[in-house]
Amino acid sequence: MSNASPHVLIVGAGHAGGTAAALLRQYGHEGPITMIGDEPIAPYQRPPLSKAWLKGEADADSLALRPLEFYGQNNIDFRPNVSVTSLNRGAKAAALSDGSTIGYDVLILATGARAIALPIEGADLAGILFLRTAADAEALKAQVGPGKKLAVVGGGYIGLEVAASGRALGADVIVLERESRILARVACEPLSDFFTDYHQKHGVVFDLGASVSGFEGKDGHVTGVKLADGRTIACDSVVVGVGAHPNDELAKDAGLECARGVVVDLDARSVTDPDVFAIGDVAHRPMPIYDRMFRMESVPNALEQAKQAASAITGRARPTGECPWQWSDQFDIKLQIAGYAFDVDEILLRGDPGSAKFAIFHLKGDQVQSVEAINSPPEFMMGKSLILNRKPINKAKLADPSVSMKEVAA
Amino acid sequence: MAKITYLQHDGTEHVIDVKSGLTVMEGAVKNNIPGIDADCGGACACATCHVYVDPAWLAKTGTKSSMEESMLDFAENVEENSRLSCQIKVTDELDGLTVTLPESQH
Repeated sequence: MSNASPHVLIVGAGHAGGTAAALLRQYGHEGPITMIGDEPIAPYQRPPLSKAWLKGEADADSLALRPLEFYGQNNIDFRPNVSVTSLNRGAKAAALSDGSTIGYDVLILATGARAIALPIEGADLAGILFLRTAADAEALKAQVGPGKKLAVVGGGYIGLEVAASGRALGADVIVLERESRILARVACEPLSDFFTDYHQKHGVVFDLGASVSGFEGKDGHVTGVKLADGRTIACDSVVVGVGAHPNDELAKDAGLECARGVVVDLDARSVTDPDVFAIGDVAHRPMPIYDRMFRMESVPNALEQAKQAASAITGRARPTGECPWQWSDQFDIKLQIAGYAFDVDEILLRGDPGSAKFAIFHLKGDQVQSVEAINSPPEFMMGKSLILNRKPINKAKLADPSVSMKEVAA
Repeated sequence: MAKITYLQHDGTEHVIDVKSGLTVMEGAVKNNIPGIDADCGGACACATCHVYVDPAWLAKTGTKSSMEESMLDFAENVEENSRLSCQIKVTDELDGLTVTLPESQH
């Protein structure tokens, strides 16, 4: 980057791309910024789509990260409804779906991830939805209401949030999960048990160990989900929430090293090309506190990597002190998760799940690796700093809710 | 609509017209004011939109929920007039409000 005010081309106008554009300006970048997005609207918050927005508690204005005028006012050339079809790293140019070509000095890939579709019979019927974009959420909102039957395929966080919002809107909701418990890939058993109970109390029906084999329809619209055991679950609409796949094909085709995501360093810079960055859901990145590399799908990760890339491009010091975290809202439950449960040898429960206010600490020896906090901000906030500073904890104190978290961490 | 003054830690002042119904946090983020991170977008889940409310305005900005209180309890450099700006809804009543931003949100 010999050019003092390089042209930064951002591919993807989601949370990561939009934040990178804004931060570049905030950090004093004076060169041109172009941001390409394949959706019709400016960058917006995706988390409310399954929560407040779905329930009608948030409008389009509040969903937008920044108003559309912001981009023009800040000399950010935002181009909606268009995607990048290929990259020519040698010529430092990107080919767009509208037939045009655009050059760059620095490239930021923020192409995100896409919902995984089920390759089964009837998957293209109307009424089978995903929840990734505002358009998806709009379609879902139109389908869900009092007395409507909603089938959710996949008992992960998206599926559970949709189930909770569906119940709040008066729909009958059944969650079909392939594993023997919900949240099987992302949470420990006590947390799965807690959410199972809580959702059941609010009228959500679970079918566990359910293998979905196809969809039935009438006049092109879904009417039921077929299970491998021969049963058919009648429904008016379906939400499929079985994970996401990184949109890293563009990078792969351009010869950038990928490992289910574009491989980057601590500055979010591609390990193959110093003029290319990858941020957010599409990046496979190092996480020093766990001494490994992985890909994350969370807003805090998108924001942190936007900061890393914008800092590196503008010559600022690399941001430090990152503890990955995420959250989920279901009914009146606020779940806050800090860290990831890598290399854990013990799970410690603090508080009583029956009271819907408790926390699960994942320990490696006497160090906290991760905490799942249910309606428990002190455990989350203190847990986050314990994960970061690697301070050994007294397990007896941690397990005793009458000892304050400040004292536990003292 | 309310005119809100966001005072950065270094003394830089930003005066912004914020639409009623948005939060004080949204007024800052949508205008790219440095110093409010708001990682969670207003879900009261992260405590990175911490501000100090001009004491004269504390009553008008409402009371803290137990969730907010609890999150703030573990944020850094918390004072009597600390609030999470995502929990302050803007109304015409708040026209003239000044909030000061902390040095860092971590």
